[in-house]
Amino acid sequence: MSKSNETQVGSARVKRGMAEMLKGGVIMDVVNVEQAKIAEDAGAVAVMALERVPADIRAQGGVSRMSDPDMIEKIQAAVSIPVMAKVRIGHFVEAQILQTLNVDYIDESEVLTPADYEHHIDKWNFTIPFVCGATNLGEALRRISEGAAMIRSKGEAGTGDVSNATTHMRKIGGEIRRLSSLREEELYVAAKELQAPYALVKEVAETGKLPVVLFTAGGIATPADAAMMMQLGADGVFIGSGIFKSGDAAKRAAACVKATTFYSDSKVVAEASRGLGEAMVGINVADIPVPHRLAERGW
Amino acid sequence: MKIGVLGLQGDFREHIETLNNCGVDTVLVKRASDLVNLNGLVIPGGESTTISKLAKTFELFDPVSKAIANGLPTYGSCAGMILVADSILDPASGQETFGGIDMQVRRNAFGRQSESFEADIDFKAISGGPIRGVFIRAPWVERYEEGVEILASVEVSGQIHPVAVRQAKVLATAFHPELTGDKRVHQYFLENLCRK
Repeated sequence: MSKSNETQVGSARVKRGMAEMLKGGVIMDVVNVEQAKIAEDAGAVAVMALERVPADIRAQGGVSRMSDPDMIEKIQAAVSIPVMAKVRIGHFVEAQILQTLNVDYIDESEVLTPADYEHHIDKWNFTIPFVCGATNLGEALRRISEGAAMIRSKGEAGTGDVSNATTHMRKIGGEIRRLSSLREEELYVAAKELQAPYALVKEVAETGKLPVVLFTAGGIATPADAAMMMQLGADGVFIGSGIFKSGDAAKRAAACVKATTFYSDSKVVAEASRGLGEAMVGINVADIPVPHRLAERGW
Repeated sequence: MKIGVLGLQGDFREHIETLNNCGVDTVLVKRASDLVNLNGLVIPGGESTTISKLAKTFELFDPVSKAIANGLPTYGSCAGMILVADSILDPASGQETFGGIDMQVRRNAFGRQSESFEADIDFKAISGGPIRGVFIRAPWVERYEEGVEILASVEVSGQIHPVAVRQAKVLATAFHPELTGDKRVHQYFLENLCRK
């Protein structure tokens, strides 16, 4: 598309700004057109197109990869809200493929089987923005230094157990608050300890927040879970298996959207929690052997 | 001076920050009862479908529509531009707008996120050089009626598309001045629409 004005696509401001527009919203995992439409009708701000939700990936095992481009394009054609899709950690060719499909955001995700156990994707090379998972501040800043334009706390995907999401949100928030309390000369050692670039550490210390939007993910299954994450400082919520692995997906999806918007109004959250039918069954994270925990993936 | 910022979803915090930098008080509008005693209203960027659905669910849709129709000065950016348009060319199923400007907008007019861009925009009536326009899955004005003033446009493949417009007390931009730290568009809104 040619424009007379001198234009710049794929700038950090344009990539990070896209995530700013999703704030206060719910991004839902969907595996087909029907689910994508339910999500859009429920008020989702975006959908994540994938072949299997994390709960099924967990149950079925095997290597999990980027979704079929045909499936992603069908979902893009069916809804007008942004469509995101996942690539394996470090799999830059899957990311190149998603870029040709014009997805709106790429999730370099620990939910899929990693393709590189050392390096993440150099995300600055892409016009499409990336979201990456993090369990702590150092990990978040490493991803941002690689070009991530949005961070989500990892939680433990596919469990319906919110405890790890809570841990990661508290951890990231706590580490940011600690940085803000340090003297300037103490930030050098803080950067060393966080294993993160000094410039980013200094920026976080000065502003008291990440330089990109921070969503939460992994185990959110109820309106109350969503509202709790918002009260803990999340800018918005990813819900994966929690919606379409439950009894009444449309109702639960709409209820989670309401609770995310009015997260501090407990009457609204209470109302949203009524009569939702079966929640996803769920697995306690403590019952999952450590090597099978997805949050451990990423370095 | 007190300006309300619709706080259902989107980048309302950035608008609040920009307005506060202009020296005015702000109030987050999430309920119809928040609409009282306002000198103006800002509708932020975000997902227009989500914002209009939430507004309906929480009985804010008609009160906001009426307030705009009754002359409450209003500024919408991006999703906000869509929501103050009288009509949408390609609405999502059941998507409605608050209305306020006699125009039709095209959603995601420039394309998907890969086509999102920033560019210097000449903004009529704002001095001090061009405005840095950040366009994110932005709309443009497809058609407009008499009485709609075009304040800025972008040329795409030889066609001129308005991206900042005003009609009476309603202002809309397809781009996001709230993301740049430049407060001139907000100042224009406060001085020319809210104070007069």
